[in-house]
Amino acid sequence: MAAAKKSFIMEHLRKAHMIELLAKGRRLDGRELLDYRPIEIKCNIIQKANGSAQVNLGNTQVIAGVKIEVGAPFPDTPDKGLLVVNAEILPLASPYAEPGPPDEEAIELSRVVDRGVRESGMIDLSKLVLIPGQKVRAVFVDVSVLNVDGNLIDATSYAVVSALMTTKMPVLEVSEGGGIVEKAEYIPLPFSTIPVSVTFARIGDSLIVDPDSEEESVMDARITLTTVEGGHLCAGQKGLAGGLTYEQIMFAAETAKIKGQEIREVIKKAVASVG
Amino acid sequence: MGKLINNGIRLDGRRVDELRPYKLEVGVLKNADGSAYIELGKNKIIVAVYGPKEVHPKHIALPDRCVIRCRYHMSPFSTDVRKTPAPSRREIEISKVIREALEPTILVEEYPRTAIDIFLEVLQSDGGSRCAGITAAALALADAGISMCDLVVACAAGKVDGTMVLDLSDIEDKEGEADMPVAVMPNLGIITLLQLDGILTHEEFKQGIDLALEGCRRLHEAQRKALMDRYFKTAPNQEVE
Repeated sequence: MAAAKKSFIMEHLRKAHMIELLAKGRRLDGRELLDYRPIEIKCNIIQKANGSAQVNLGNTQVIAGVKIEVGAPFPDTPDKGLLVVNAEILPLASPYAEPGPPDEEAIELSRVVDRGVRESGMIDLSKLVLIPGQKVRAVFVDVSVLNVDGNLIDATSYAVVSALMTTKMPVLEVSEGGGIVEKAEYIPLPFSTIPVSVTFARIGDSLIVDPDSEEESVMDARITLTTVEGGHLCAGQKGLAGGLTYEQIMFAAETAKIKGQEIREVIKKAVASVG
Repeated sequence: MGKLINNGIRLDGRRVDELRPYKLEVGVLKNADGSAYIELGKNKIIVAVYGPKEVHPKHIALPDRCVIRCRYHMSPFSTDVRKTPAPSRREIEISKVIREALEPTILVEEYPRTAIDIFLEVLQSDGGSRCAGITAAALALADAGISMCDLVVACAAGKVDGTMVLDLSDIEDKEGEADMPVAVMPNLGIITLLQLDGILTHEEFKQGIDLALEGCRRLHEAQRKALMDRYFKTAPNQEVE
């Protein structure tokens, strides 16, 4: 998460400069406090996946791919399909990323994004059951982070949602013996609402959205709020050692609703453009 | 006639000595010191180079040269059936042969006590991903400004339905009789990777190498062009052959 370290002294100067600017309502890259960087979404880029999307949020680049398989349901939810969201920060994504199993940051990322999609009810998992208690569809959403420049949570979340919206799954039929027959036809994955996360960083007394790496390196606290269509909140996660006031949280909730709706339109447009 | 080649035409419409469509691009990632992207058939591979940089853990550093580390990894959605994200034995072996294919060209003595990391991520796999990966990795190394005595370019040849063919696709690799990836330093003519899976006569072996080298020659042209596009765009008047 650290910003590019060129020189220790320069880094301190930039931080001081950033905090000074924020107090005046401005940011180093010229954005307003509540501006996102340009969001670019390309769907269906991996033909071998059932659904896929690449999201570029400024210089942050992530790819999500959906694979649909047949698996056994969890014993406590025999009447629900499986949804697994997994994100990896690839070692090629940043000088600070290491090869190996996901670290605590990557696991938090996967879980926060998973929670947003799951709790929104976007995918009705009860529609993915083939034989109750035995066979269900398992929806794997894997995310590869290609370039880290802050706000991985939102970039990953938009990629996952866009990939799910473009997912086509094979028609499956249960034969008499309980076997599964795969047909050559494909149907879209049924989804209802579009969950959209909005991530804020608190730096000093300022609350900004969509922090880049440099801003993340000095932020005191982070909060992600996910809304569904209509603006209700469905998931949230506060991060880092700093705290937030009651007013800041209420402001974030209100902003998440407005920004969420704007970004939802961007996602819809990207998905519609690939049919 | 076999089922993979009919009247000299392969399942995907290619002749026996034809490459799949390809695309090469240099400088695709912001954070990396060098990066490149390749598409070859359905292969989509992105490569990043970091370094020369400090070595961790320190004890693997060498006093007279740099260490080269290489990781070939497939994204879980890159294959027909989802691949678990943890590295498989196959990926570990491929990482090693790719490293050894690239190492001969790097002037390692120029970077004592440092490390150069090469990361290859297969976003979508097809036959010949290690070769495509090597071709892109050499570009990423060049993009990172690493001293090299040549580029490296790789291409496979193999035997399908009794005929020697260039650049095997997924199905030809699985159903065919033999697959032989070859990497070469194109200007020096030194072969830096050779693997063979399957039975070939001596005559077929020679034919295979000749085919693979011809494929490498064509891909090397594309490598040069990709580097030109990245580094000479600002000088449109400059004549380059």
